[in-house]
Amino acid sequence: MWADRYSIVSVLAQALRGQQGWKPVWREPEPKAEYDVVIVGGGGHGLATAWYLASQHGITNVAVVEKGYLGSGNVGRNTTIVRSNYLLPGNIPFYEHSLKLWEGLEQDINYNAMVSQRGVLNLFHSDGQRDAYARRGNAMRLHGVDAELLDQAAVRRMYPHFDYDNARFPIQGGLLQPRGGTVRHDAVAWGYARAADRRGVDMIQNCEVTGIRVEAGRAVGVETGRGFIRAKKIGLACAGNSSRVAAMAGLRLPIESHVLQAFVSEGIKPLVDGVVTFGAGHFYVSQSDKGGLVFGGDIDGYNSYAQRGNLPVVEDVAEGGMALMPGLGRLRLLRQWGGVMDMSMDGSPIIDRTPVEGLYLNAGWCYGGFKATPASGWCFAHLLARDEPHEVARALRLDRFASGHVIDEKGVGAQPNLH
Amino acid sequence: MRINCPHCGVRGAEEFAYHGDATLRRPAADAAPEAWADYVYLRDNPAGRQRELWYHAAGCHAWLVMERDTRTHEIFSVTPARDVALAGGGDVA
Repeated sequence: MWADRYSIVSVLAQALRGQQGWKPVWREPEPKAEYDVVIVGGGGHGLATAWYLASQHGITNVAVVEKGYLGSGNVGRNTTIVRSNYLLPGNIPFYEHSLKLWEGLEQDINYNAMVSQRGVLNLFHSDGQRDAYARRGNAMRLHGVDAELLDQAAVRRMYPHFDYDNARFPIQGGLLQPRGGTVRHDAVAWGYARAADRRGVDMIQNCEVTGIRVEAGRAVGVETGRGFIRAKKIGLACAGNSSRVAAMAGLRLPIESHVLQAFVSEGIKPLVDGVVTFGAGHFYVSQSDKGGLVFGGDIDGYNSYAQRGNLPVVEDVAEGGMALMPGLGRLRLLRQWGGVMDMSMDGSPIIDRTPVEGLYLNAGWCYGGFKATPASGWCFAHLLARDEPHEVARALRLDRFASGHVIDEKGVGAQPNLH
Repeated sequence: MRINCPHCGVRGAEEFAYHGDATLRRPAADAAPEAWADYVYLRDNPAGRQRELWYHAAGCHAWLVMERDTRTHEIFSVTPARDVALAGGGDVA
């Protein structure tokens, strides 16, 4: 049907009809009594999981239960950056798989998610940091990922307005991943939801999970605000609140919840073409298509379920931004918000079975969950459908902490607020 | 967030370093590996009141036990960790 599939034909036809023929993009069904798979969490990862269950594994008797509205959590609270510039073997293939899925996402789900491969540039400010970035770039290239080490002159040609001769943090160059970039985050949630809905997946909004029913060591369904829903398999994709939901099945996780803030300035003319990260502090910036500079920094650093942070981190982020591009000080801040992160004990995520039969876990995304959305859904769907981990997510085990096989990119140990 | 240090008075949170759950108990040196893995890695991560360790890094250098609501950031009490330990209120190491 031309009206159901988005294309130039549907856009032109709607233009002629005064845009009156658009329909709701997903149904709002009542929950059924039983599903093959119930996914807890209607964010990016849960919706992507539903789509790949339907499209890759033919499993369509699926419900996504969401306590608020679809995409009301972290998928709409991040700074929209996608990249795969990791160092460790357990992480690189996974994030590269994700970037490849981003590259074909819009055709796959027939939805404009504004995937923009505008390049991600990590700046370095000392000889030692240059060596570290060269090593990271080499690790990426050994895994078939694009990476280019740029000297100061090359960076200066791309971004003439940075503070290259800053007395404390001179910019010596950067590590560029040209295929990295940004994606419109809300559209990712909407696009996956619409695509999964068209395959018969039920999106159940305003339906908070209040309990997980476990019988004889097996999870058999979820108690919700809209009644009990039986499920052959339950997948948790509720990062930020993973500990709370897993506790309903008696599990303790290697996770603390922390708040991360993000910021948008007033709209200005094009200034920052790509994504840039400041290497001497924690600051990353890109420019939205509306013209606002979108930026963020570190997590606040203490356990929090409040979707707002505190002023010291606002100041820290602003200082990082000012050290990179002093012109930022002339801009007014338009919006600022917080999202609640699952900070895992080694800074890397978990996609695995749990000790409770029938209960599967997708958690611990720290503040890197958005870029992982497609691969997270892809691998979680694979795990749910086949009961075995996907090739690129084999290292993301729940028991890696007890067995000592942690994936600690920063090497700081079991201190979540340092990852 | 402003923290009422028992030694220094009310100070900004940026003066303090956070060290997580204050109720964890260090297992005996010869405890099973599982007990150590639990201690090092697993957390209750409550949404609500939590007892947690803070270090007044840019102040008196005291370790403090603070009770705080993780949903609202409301602080209920701040006590020197030493006093908590001496009162038998948990291993705060």
